[in-house]
Amino acid sequence: MTSLAAAKSAPRAVRFNAAVVLMFAVLALVPLAAAFGPESYVLGLVTRVMVFAIAALAVDLLCGFGGLVTFGHAAFVGLGAYTVAIAGAHGVTDMTITLPLALAVSAAFAYVTGTICLRTSGVYFIMITLAFGQMAYFIAGSLAPYGGDDGITLPARSTLFGFAVFGSDRALYYATLGFLLASYLLCRAVVYSRFGRVFRGARENSTRMATIGFDVFRFQRVGYVIAGCLGGLAGFLLANATEFVSPAYMSWQRSGELIIMVLFGGLGTLHGAIVGAASYLLLEEGLAGLTENWKLVFGPMLVLIVLFARGGLVGLAASIKARFSRE
Amino acid sequence: MSLTLLLVQTLNGLQFGVLLFLIAAGLTLVFGVMDFINLAHGVQYMLGAYLAVMFYALTGSFVLALILALAAALAFGLLLEFTVFRHLYDRDHLEQVIATFGIIIFLNQGVKTVWGAAPLNLPIPDALAGVVQIMPGLTYPVWRLVIIASGLVVALILYVLVSRTRVGMLVRAGATHARIVSALGVDIRRLFMIVFGFGTMLAAFAGVMIAPILSVEPGMGDSVLILAFVVIVIGGIGSMRGAFIAALLIGLVDTLGRSFMIDILRLVMPPSPARTVGPALASMLIYVLMALVLYFRPAGLFPAKGRS
Amino acid sequence: MSDAVLLVENLRKSFGGLVVTDGVTLEIGPGELHAVIGPNGAGKTTLIHQISGTLSPDDGRILLNGTDIMLLPPHERARLGLARSFQITSVLPRFSALENVALAVQARSGSSFRFLRPAATEAALNDEAMAALAEVGLDHRAGVVAAHLSHGEKRALELAIALALEPKLLLLDEPMAGTGPEESERIVAVLKKLKGRFAMLLVEHDMNAVFALADRISVLTYGRVLASGAPNEVRNDPAVMQAYLGEELE
Repeated sequence: MTSLAAAKSAPRAVRFNAAVVLMFAVLALVPLAAAFGPESYVLGLVTRVMVFAIAALAVDLLCGFGGLVTFGHAAFVGLGAYTVAIAGAHGVTDMTITLPLALAVSAAFAYVTGTICLRTSGVYFIMITLAFGQMAYFIAGSLAPYGGDDGITLPARSTLFGFAVFGSDRALYYATLGFLLASYLLCRAVVYSRFGRVFRGARENSTRMATIGFDVFRFQRVGYVIAGCLGGLAGFLLANATEFVSPAYMSWQRSGELIIMVLFGGLGTLHGAIVGAASYLLLEEGLAGLTENWKLVFGPMLVLIVLFARGGLVGLAASIKARFSRE
Repeated sequence: MSLTLLLVQTLNGLQFGVLLFLIAAGLTLVFGVMDFINLAHGVQYMLGAYLAVMFYALTGSFVLALILALAAALAFGLLLEFTVFRHLYDRDHLEQVIATFGIIIFLNQGVKTVWGAAPLNLPIPDALAGVVQIMPGLTYPVWRLVIIASGLVVALILYVLVSRTRVGMLVRAGATHARIVSALGVDIRRLFMIVFGFGTMLAAFAGVMIAPILSVEPGMGDSVLILAFVVIVIGGIGSMRGAFIAALLIGLVDTLGRSFMIDILRLVMPPSPARTVGPALASMLIYVLMALVLYFRPAGLFPAKGRS
Repeated sequence: MSDAVLLVENLRKSFGGLVVTDGVTLEIGPGELHAVIGPNGAGKTTLIHQISGTLSPDDGRILLNGTDIMLLPPHERARLGLARSFQITSVLPRFSALENVALAVQARSGSSFRFLRPAATEAALNDEAMAALAEVGLDHRAGVVAAHLSHGEKRALELAIALALEPKLLLLDEPMAGTGPEESERIVAVLKKLKGRFAMLLVEHDMNAVFALADRISVLTYGRVLASGAPNEVRNDPAVMQAYLGEELE
């Protein structure tokens, strides 16, 4: 009987969601469909979508589950990307080295900045994460040997044990999809694990968490490091996808866009981050194809989404579903 | 590192700080009283500059352009308040950030569409176009002194308004105890509108005043916005005094850092790395400052009482 | 050294010029239920905050089972067996009742730096949490999100969370605050059942509950202990009657 009650109280998302399975199935089938059209354009676009989806997952983990609104997460994407570029400039292209290095650099940056940022909360947290993002941005711009403000082109995509596994766009696409799936599953596991329970609890009431014996700060810092690593992973993939790295990857507008993606899709749902990244980037791409002044449409759209579609697209879908099932 | 250069850069730093204060004042008021993060505050500064350029072209008078630009910026700000912002006050900060980010995107593109992407210019009024000799061997543009003076005057007016008037009292109370103020039966909606309109005008004023010495272009509000946020966070959100001190601090640190960082570094390292590291360190100096301040005072230098 | 579970010695705290805790000394023995009463503003909640660590005293000593905990942060005090309930209900609103309690079980059993296995499937956590919920009569509501519980149920949930911590000392900050007479009775019954299992410090305005439950009572006025003793002694203490109890006991 107790286990029955426990199952009932298990968070809804622990059970597998058909929409999520469908979403990954569609992503897996895109290259097949793309073969009939402008293949490299489609593959490139959707690869970019998946890369930003990984970064958006990280932001959702922090904002949606930890209540830690980060306005500097693009810095981690940049760190990952610059690690690949700088290693490449020194002739190191094998991902057995560059990937762990990208993750380690991001984790170290997250650990150090997290130690400082997590002393603050609310708006101050938003601003101090922004401050560190800006610092990383300016440092990248000052790396004269690596292109400075102009950025730097990668000599080649990453290799695996010397093999050019990212040689074709399709291979890179599936590798990115694999990383996205792994990131998604990792986030899900983390959110509903013992750790995640404490991390989520700290968002609801950190005083309460402390008085039952949790050192909230340490949990939040670990969460921040996990999210930082995911950002670094996205950066590693982004550098490979574009074969170019520049400080613009770390600008505060980029960080803002990551938050928008998550809000677009629906905060605190994880798959919403993927839906959000896809809809944001595809919308941007679609509008840009329609009119030169697409931003005149896009800006007001953001306003309308906030005013009228609370809970993002995932929330919208849920409320539509609820309406239908009631009737 | 000559004394004259130090003096000139200190004045430049003051001028920059005063400009930041004009923008940060509105931001901290709106944030402190209404608990509303208005990212669009920066584009209101940009709009002020563009409107001034437009009205100057129409009237040929700087003073008229200033007055008309302020009036138009106020009208536009109130329109935004009425149509969008008003519905965001009771939303969470994240939603406010997104919606106002949308407005930034719209307005940046909007001015590009209306006035073109090329930078525009506003001439300095003839009477104030020259330089003035401050001491032997040191001349300084009059207009920059005008900016400093007008900023200090605005700061004084704000001080009197906030500390001596009824609206000011409500503003101070609102920054710390918003619920109590609304429970007192004050028309909070009207108070918000006044505060918001005032903040908008200050930002637009900053835009007009800086237009003659800075190119007027789309996106000019974005970097200033971030700096203004840095200012209010360092100063303590909702604190006018904090905003003033932090704005001058940021203006001076940033300007002096950019001018002298390489020289300072050369004291401790060889010239070549100093030339590489210097500029990077100089551009991130204020962010380092902010991180330091928040590390030791997580609620800024002058936390408004009642907030934590 | 006494065998007191909690020993508070000469505790002082002031905010600016306002002295809220003025040399308070308290001792709670094993299994004892010690009530602290006093008029509003006497410094009762501030005292609880200082013992639990959410507020730091200016001076004095706090010993938990002989260990000086004055300088420990709240979470370390909790790990030493100090649990508290809050005057203003502060359960985690978006967590189910069960998850609220399971989190407390989790806090004292094993590391929480485990990242992969869903915590909701850990039978050991759930079983102990259910047991604690059953003790306060809330087991039938285990799956309900805390925000949807009634006020009385939330108060009971606060208790269940504290229980699940298996504390050595439980600080109860007005557990009956805001509840109706029926719910109050239920909480008194639960506390009676728990009495003796661990030491408790009860701050409460409901005098019927206090005199029904307490082994000892301390009366606090203006941050100072006015009197301390068995319920009967306190009830008949003229100074107490004059200062505080008079009208309520007549």
